[in-house]
Amino acid sequence: MALLDIRNLTVEFKTASGWFRAVDGVSFKVDAHEVLAIVGESGSGKSVSMLAVMGLLPWTATVTADRLQFEGRELLGMSKRERRKIIGKDIAMIFQEPMSSLNPCFNVGYQLTEALKTHLDMDKAERRKRAIELLSEVGIPAPETRLNSFPHQLSGGMNQRVMIAMAIACKPKLLIADEPTTALDVTIQAQILDLLLKLQRETGMGLVLITHSMGVVAETAERVSVQYAGQKVEEQPVRGLFKEPHHPYTAALIAALPERAHANRLPSIPGVVPGQFDRPQGCLFSPRCGFATSLCRVEVPPQQRELGDALCHYPLKNGVALGHPGKGEAA
Amino acid sequence: MLRFLASRLLLLVPTFIGISIVAFGFIRLLPGDPVLLMSGERSLPPERHEELLRQFGFDRPIWEQYFTYLWKLLQGDFGISFKTKAPVLNEFLTLFPATVELAFCAMLFAVIFGIPAGVVAAVRRGSVYDQSVMGTALVGYSMPIFWWGLLLIIFFSVTLQWTPVSGRIGLVYFFKPVTGFMLIDSLLSGQKGAFTSAVRHLILPTVVLGTIPLGVIARQTRSAMLEVLGDDYVRTARAKGLAPFRVIGIHALRNAMIPVITTIGLQVGTLLAGAILTETIFSWPGVGKWMIDAISRRDYPSVQSGLLLIAGVVMLVNLIVDLLYGLIDPRIRHGR
Repeated sequence: MALLDIRNLTVEFKTASGWFRAVDGVSFKVDAHEVLAIVGESGSGKSVSMLAVMGLLPWTATVTADRLQFEGRELLGMSKRERRKIIGKDIAMIFQEPMSSLNPCFNVGYQLTEALKTHLDMDKAERRKRAIELLSEVGIPAPETRLNSFPHQLSGGMNQRVMIAMAIACKPKLLIADEPTTALDVTIQAQILDLLLKLQRETGMGLVLITHSMGVVAETAERVSVQYAGQKVEEQPVRGLFKEPHHPYTAALIAALPERAHANRLPSIPGVVPGQFDRPQGCLFSPRCGFATSLCRVEVPPQQRELGDALCHYPLKNGVALGHPGKGEAA
Repeated sequence: MLRFLASRLLLLVPTFIGISIVAFGFIRLLPGDPVLLMSGERSLPPERHEELLRQFGFDRPIWEQYFTYLWKLLQGDFGISFKTKAPVLNEFLTLFPATVELAFCAMLFAVIFGIPAGVVAAVRRGSVYDQSVMGTALVGYSMPIFWWGLLLIIFFSVTLQWTPVSGRIGLVYFFKPVTGFMLIDSLLSGQKGAFTSAVRHLILPTVVLGTIPLGVIARQTRSAMLEVLGDDYVRTARAKGLAPFRVIGIHALRNAMIPVITTIGLQVGTLLAGAILTETIFSWPGVGKWMIDAISRRDYPSVQSGLLLIAGVVMLVNLIVDLLYGLIDPRIRHGR
């Protein structure tokens, strides 16, 4: 049984000008001991789908799914009280901005022991001991004194370590990291990623890493799910993905890696992710896709089961777009 | 922290001098001769009038009168009341506990109801509850105090006869004041029913005086909460699986408290001004009523020193508010 099993998850937001679909029929599974990366540009619905798992979306959001199960238990039908017993204990999450994600009015010790107090039956001395243990586990020097520090007295990297310590406090089975390194200095980024992977290996928890960086994906993930405009467009083990991407979007993302650039200019994907008002009729990537034909612009593409679930009319195989009519018709 | 306190205390000096000038000047701008008002209906021979003016120093230039006053103030002499011939400071200190008791209860009433009302309104933004609470708050702080007081008296004291109309305690109770606070003194006296009587006398004035601060605090709390509820640390708190009460009541509210505390501090001034009306309506023997009497008698020493003392209290409260900021938000504490 998968740790997290999501099938056909859809999240819609009520806005002043109608409904906006941020996540559109996404499905995937995460197993224990596994690192799944979810990649995509800003606005591709990566964070929203994970916030839906956590139940942290604002009231303007409507979440529907055929299945949203954690350890076989359906999360959607559950009462809020039941769900709170899982959130923060078995599923934990860390966020992009460590500086603003910690409460400025409370010290590290208070915020760290809060989850222990809520979920575990520990007395004050035990909680303090565990907090010190957690801080040293995430590599914070002089943990005893750090307990009394406030977030504004620590650096961004230190704060993210505190966030990680908070998240792993109750030994979660699944950790969701939402762009944990985006707001940090490049040198600190690698340290934080190493720390997350080390903790994942030691505890055997499942790790979902949300990122927009293909470089991070290559270094950390075992399996990759690529999202675009709220849809999952491809899913593959990491080696296969980099070796042979099946969706033109994935291929374009990989081609945009600076390490792979040969020309003077970095390759890029023209255009932006469609929003609420410019949503294409057929394939959502068609306006930006070099392979798009008139078929792509009209008809929703099928999911290619054999080829990494690629959501494409002409999936790539060995660098060739299968069934593509050729340049002449492509325009 | 100590340096901050010292600098704030130093800043109080020019403020204090400014207020003393205003208080001293304004009462003299009012038409009316205090000597004539003192003599009442009897006619005063012109020589006697001159003599009295000289005796009080009113024949001197106004700036000279002011510096004489200031010099005496520095020596702790707040002047002698024209009417009672007693030192103004003594009169003030006798009456002030009544005002403090009323103002404190009114503020407590406003805070106890205002903050939760604002928090719930923010959490349920746009709901019927939110709209009705904010509408009521608007009516509350737009209401003229004297009219609101009379309405409540007519309904609760006259029609329903639930509460007394005026005073601090029933006439059957008599005991020597110890602290000046009726609630405490009535308990200390040990007389049966005295405390209940004191509480019953306090209810209506408290509600009347607390209505405006209640409305202001509720609205301020709502807007401050709306600002912090979308913050990242609130999401983090929810991600820990904390109960909504902890997320909102501890993580969000503490961050929203700075503007709320500021409002509370500013309302203390409004409260003391409002006390003048409320005390007059309910015949509450506090400094508000005393000031009104002093103004109508042109009792210069009482008015100028009374104003100065009340202003001093307001400044003190605002100093405390400034110190509270540091207690609530460690960034302010460490920034200094």
